[in-house]
Amino acid sequence: MPKSKKFNIPMGPQHPALKEPEGFSVALKGEKILGVEIRLGYNHRGIEKACEQNTYIQDLYLIERVCGICSHTHATCFVQAVEEIAGLQVPRRGLYLRTLIAELERIHSHLLWLGVAGHEIGFDTLLMYSWRDREIVMDTLALLTGNRVNYGMNTIGGVRHDITPAQSKEVLKAIDLLEERTKYYIEVATQETTIIKRLSGVGVVSYDDALRLEAVGPTGRASGLDRDVRRDDPYAAYGELSFNVITDNHCDVFGRTIVRVKELMESYKMIRQIIKNMPDGPIAVKAPRKIPAGEAVSRYEAPRGEDVHYVKANGSEMPERVKVRAPTLANIQVVKHMLKDRYLADMPIVIAAIDPCFSCTDRMINIEYDSNKKSEVINWATLHEYSLKWHRDRGVDFSKLNKQFQRRMSI
Amino acid sequence: MIKELFYILVFPGFLFLSTISLLAEYVDRKLYARLQNRIGPPWFQPFADIIKLIAKEEVTPAQANPKMFHLAPLFALSATVTAFLYIPLWKAGSLFSFNGDVIMILYLLTIPTLAFFIGGWYSTSLFARLGSVRAVTQLFAYEVPLFMSILASALLANSWSLADIVIFYGQHPWYWLFNLIGFAVSLIALLGKLEKAPFDIPEAETEIVAGAFTEYSGKLLAFLRLCIDIEMVVGAAVLAAVFLPFGYSFNPFIGFGFFIIKVLFVVALLSLLRTIVARLRIDQMIDFCWKYLVPFSLLQLVINLIIKGVLQ
Repeated sequence: MPKSKKFNIPMGPQHPALKEPEGFSVALKGEKILGVEIRLGYNHRGIEKACEQNTYIQDLYLIERVCGICSHTHATCFVQAVEEIAGLQVPRRGLYLRTLIAELERIHSHLLWLGVAGHEIGFDTLLMYSWRDREIVMDTLALLTGNRVNYGMNTIGGVRHDITPAQSKEVLKAIDLLEERTKYYIEVATQETTIIKRLSGVGVVSYDDALRLEAVGPTGRASGLDRDVRRDDPYAAYGELSFNVITDNHCDVFGRTIVRVKELMESYKMIRQIIKNMPDGPIAVKAPRKIPAGEAVSRYEAPRGEDVHYVKANGSEMPERVKVRAPTLANIQVVKHMLKDRYLADMPIVIAAIDPCFSCTDRMINIEYDSNKKSEVINWATLHEYSLKWHRDRGVDFSKLNKQFQRRMSI
Repeated sequence: MIKELFYILVFPGFLFLSTISLLAEYVDRKLYARLQNRIGPPWFQPFADIIKLIAKEEVTPAQANPKMFHLAPLFALSATVTAFLYIPLWKAGSLFSFNGDVIMILYLLTIPTLAFFIGGWYSTSLFARLGSVRAVTQLFAYEVPLFMSILASALLANSWSLADIVIFYGQHPWYWLFNLIGFAVSLIALLGKLEKAPFDIPEAETEIVAGAFTEYSGKLLAFLRLCIDIEMVVGAAVLAAVFLPFGYSFNPFIGFGFFIIKVLFVVALLSLLRTIVARLRIDQMIDFCWKYLVPFSLLQLVINLIIKGVLQ
């Protein structure tokens, strides 16, 4: 019998399984995946560079368009960094409103994910149902902010729209309806035989691997990694809300589904608390046009995981550097690990299970080679030493933190 | 001669069959949409799709084998159309019925899958090849339970001719109840034959684009689409004749009405089934067929053997 030959098939940049263009090259032997090569960088849009050429207020709208789903995430994350540099104290009502939109966005994102996951495993009915219900939360967002996707809610120093009592009543009504529907989806996702067959045991990442590969968000939490920025490093109004961080021990796509649908229930709980405890007062403070020199890192728990923004200001109207680390970048290495020795049929759902957002992730680096310049190769240890020294010169001592980190890793 | 040509080309042959199969596609799509909370297409959508496809440019991949690539859809289409000529519509006998036509129909219904395989394989696209291999792999799983459950019913009637089977069940009006297990099994197996969820593995959109059909366009794709629709109607008609054998003793018009209702009922059951499940993996599909469908069809066979013994 002839041995079955190994062949490569291209999944993307254009492929029906991918909602955004990204290149995957899959080495196959029959139906079995031997290895996956991920080629990031197809979707480079130069947003970070564009931010350096616009004012902070203009950047806000640019940053909001980093992602079509978690637009509020990126805008809030950026704004938080700028506010930290400028030393602005956002009024409590502003923070609560930010949190309200953030949680509504999480609901919309998770419902969207549920539908996409259904479509990837060929269960279009789930797609149609969950996207129908996603309309409810989209309409609610449109009611509150005027927009369904890029809400334009944030401004430096607070938010732009206030909420009326009539609107908050509408929100509560929508939440009640969604909660009922979500209970049904939890039932469907955890009991329907074909769904369980396609999801459980697929894309397994053990706790250790998740820790090692630094999985974030629901991907990590489904492997028992108990991390959530909302609780660990509270921003906006999360410090005043009571909620549970959902974790799961299935370690597979099924676990990720459970984490997401249960997080929906937590979001409903949080929205009720926000509306009930909404403080009175102004929604924003006036922000200066020029932000004083300084730098800040801001963390935010996006629906997909931890989002990190770095902003460096130089005292002018425009930032000197903006860096966006979207959660998908942290999770994309995990995908490679998950796909090893699986079947081709599992590939779409495994990729979808990290809830990827490729256009937020993609950056391209162009290395210009200067032949006159002397180049040298440094090994890892030297680079580490160099980085510690670089920071120590600027007054940051990482050696203490490093010890703490090692102790935590050893536990 | 002209009469035969009329039978083959117009009624109940190609023209009538394409019309009714496109209507059946409409029923399937509309029902699928309504069950999913969508509005669904208007009644003429399948016709419009086919006309549009026929009008479109046809592209043959440079590396494909043009002869095989072009012939495969025609093979598939003619096999399914031929199969329909052997199915009783409003009276017990069909146009060309003979002893053994059940086997003949099942055989003719296998040809489309093989034609898809050949077309997909010779179009040389990776996705098409993967899809065609999957189609044939799947063939070995669903064909056995389908054959066994249909033949179990024929066994009870003691004939390999569809006309005799229909007459037998007409004489014993309640005997079809014995075959309910076989009906369920063959419905599920028919889903595999028609490549619908949960067995739409050979054309799994999110994995391998359109499977064996990836490189097809224009008229050829129209033929393939029509072929699948006709296969659905023929499959539903076989199931209706074998497992729901009533309505043949009235006058032709009422009988014909019964036939349409029965076919649409089977089509509705198929779309209901595909609404409520997710797509399986190919290994799970084969597991499922051999672990559950085959034992149940064997059970049907045993039941029918026992009943036959008791009756004699």
